[in-house]
Amino acid sequence: MADENEVKDPRIDGIKTKIRVVPDFPKKGIMFQDITTLLLDPKAFKDTIDLFVERYRDMNISVVAGIEARGFIFGPSIALAIGAKFVPLRKPKKLPGEIIFEEYELEYGSDRLEMHVEAVDSGDRALVVDDLIATGGTLSAAMNLLRRVGAEVVECACVIELPELKGRERLEGKPLYVLVEYR
Amino acid sequence: MQTIIISSPLVSHRLSLALPVPRSPLINYHHGAPPSIRLSSHRFTNSLRLFSSAAAAAASRDSEMATEDVQDPRIAKIAASIRVIPDFPKPGIMFQDITTLLLDTEAFKDTIALFVDRYKGKDISVVAGVEARGFIFGPPIALAIGAKFVPMRKPKKLPGKVISEEYSLEYGTDKIEMHVGAVEPGERAIIIDDLIATGGTLAAAIRLLERVGVKIVECACVIELPELKGKEKLGETPLFVLVSSA
Repeated sequence: MADENEVKDPRIDGIKTKIRVVPDFPKKGIMFQDITTLLLDPKAFKDTIDLFVERYRDMNISVVAGIEARGFIFGPSIALAIGAKFVPLRKPKKLPGEIIFEEYELEYGSDRLEMHVEAVDSGDRALVVDDLIATGGTLSAAMNLLRRVGAEVVECACVIELPELKGRERLEGKPLYVLVEYR
Repeated sequence: MQTIIISSPLVSHRLSLALPVPRSPLINYHHGAPPSIRLSSHRFTNSLRLFSSAAAAAASRDSEMATEDVQDPRIAKIAASIRVIPDFPKPGIMFQDITTLLLDTEAFKDTIALFVDRYKGKDISVVAGVEARGFIFGPPIALAIGAKFVPMRKPKKLPGKVISEEYSLEYGTDKIEMHVGAVEPGERAIIIDDLIATGGTLAAAIRLLERVGVKIVECACVIELPELKGKEKLGETPLFVLVSSA
């Protein structure tokens, strides 16, 4: 994690202070991590992207897969900077072409994540991006989609981790890189 | 190189036009007349008596498109990278799929560059992107021009205090929301989405920003479906697109 390094990158604190915590959203007891305030600060937003780009630019990543919708805010800029394709992983019925889907658990019920089958193949080295990892359910579904078409998932990258929810353990040994932890 | 500073009450004193200018796809060239750069409102273009009537006519043409007169070589590749999927989401609709553009690293880079070239240095402090495909194009543009990115979202997604604007769908209505305090009166904004069809969503986004005193300099989309006449819903706000899909 970016702020566990012995020397914390000076940009991290600036990023952390820009994330707004909204209590009781979407329901009581949840402290919602709002990244929209980070996006209002051009320097902090740029620093966020730069930190990811610096990490991934020499790792031969050919695909950045972003999870709808907040993964769409961070993923494309990373993809553009490192010369990778951007692949949106979407809620059901949004993608128009031939898709595969992966189901994942919600607190009540389940949902699905979909990907265009032709977007990624077995030669690809992939990075999965979302704004936040909580239980890890969505990221795990994303990794499954990529693996099913033969791509290698190199790492998952998020701005924020909620470590108490132990999402890291659901990534089947794949590494997770985050900039900020919220305890 | 001659620089003409326009100082007029209708125009920001920061704008300047330098002649001659290199040929660019974003500038209307019309039969050898001096180039006109179409920026904000019609009042602005009318006040520039420097330009010939031919250029003024070109400036008041419908949606400005990067393919007019001299087509930037990047446009053809961008257009070719967009996949059309028939009968999605329902029979009769030819869906313009930009996900294939996102798989073409050069085409995606060029798409962003064309927007950035147009909007940088124009004192735009807000890039508003419409959920969800506006989230793909808006942030890279915002980062490159040093503006904030403001997501405009479907109901109940934004956690803080919001203002919302309703708009019509084919059957029924929907709402678009924005955080209170994300933008301030007097800021200059562009609104980004992947495509303009009927213009309903973009018109709602314009109304939402105008309600809080923001000036929308332009709406920018990768694709326009001109037969749906979306531009007409945008009122005074100009529209800029890269590709027109008739």
